[in-house]
Amino acid sequence: MNNLPISFWRSVIIIVLVALVTLATRAIPFVLFPEGKKIPKAVEYLGKVLPPAVIGMLVVYCFKSVNVLSSPFGLPELIAGLTVVVLHIWKRNNLLSIGAGTIIYMILVQTVFA
Amino acid sequence: MITLEKPNTYKAAFKAAFPHTLPVMTGYLFIGIAFGVMFADKGYNFLWAGLMSLLVYAGSGQYLAVNFFDPSVSLLQVAFLTFMVNVRHIFYGLSLLDKFKVSGKKKPYMIFSLTDETYSLYFLTKTPPGVDEGKFLFALSILDQSYWIVGSMIGGLAGTLIPFDSTGIDFAMTALFIVIFVEQWLEKKNRFPAVVGVVASVISLMIFGKDSFILPSMIIIMIVLLSNHRIEEKKNKTGEAENNE
Repeated sequence: MNNLPISFWRSVIIIVLVALVTLATRAIPFVLFPEGKKIPKAVEYLGKVLPPAVIGMLVVYCFKSVNVLSSPFGLPELIAGLTVVVLHIWKRNNLLSIGAGTIIYMILVQTVFA
Repeated sequence: MITLEKPNTYKAAFKAAFPHTLPVMTGYLFIGIAFGVMFADKGYNFLWAGLMSLLVYAGSGQYLAVNFFDPSVSLLQVAFLTFMVNVRHIFYGLSLLDKFKVSGKKKPYMIFSLTDETYSLYFLTKTPPGVDEGKFLFALSILDQSYWIVGSMIGGLAGTLIPFDSTGIDFAMTALFIVIFVEQWLEKKNRFPAVVGVVASVISLMIFGKDSFILPSMIIIMIVLLSNHRIEEKKNKTGEAENNE
């Protein structure tokens, strides 16, 4: 406890602040459109089509730090990512796809592309 | 409906929800451990990691937050950077306004616990017949958070006691999203918005760079999807008009 980089109370304040701001990003839509208030048609439509769009965005988000122009050219991500896709289309087993992909990625970045 | 409720519905809900949360369990244990290790490296033991996972509960948000525990970072920066990394959550709420109506008293927790992974589960799973939907969704979300807390505390302990190479372990999160993306793709519904999501994000990543592309991608996605909605509506209207003639 005595080797914290900043004071105990400042650490607590940071955690509470991060918690409150994170909660705000989650609560905004529910505050704007409380139950009982008519939801605009456009918002209703967005609610339907956003999920697949957001998953697509999240996949890109996960690969955002990959640099394809310098070594290892995103190869570990490509190999592990393709493993997940192929395994999943083949077996459709969530655990298998995620577990195998993660282990392959860890081996690649820790040994082959280290 | 009330008369049909059995006393064990929570039990039934958790039983039904558990198998669906297994991929999240894998991912959360791994990336939770990675977070705990990183936080321990900064000097914060497993109790701090557990506290943060209990109160904040956000994957990438907590990864980023590890950097906030430094004298050079101001509280304003903490608030701003946290908002930017979590701004995508706004989309989640927008698509759950209707679904969460069944949650009643549990709704505040449902909103608090709206992570990427839990959100994805809501769309990957269907409430089994005979199980109360509000309870089922609640079971999914509380199981997920418990994995996250346990994972980060294990990481906090391991990081302090046995140093181990966790490099690449966070790929579990990437793999989970790829799996959900493939699942949605194989379902054949909603391929258009999926493509819009990927293309808009790649374009805005190339233009704005990795630290500030999420907000522009969200805006592009909204504009494209809403324009598409307009066009579809117009088509429907002209279609109706033609039918009336």
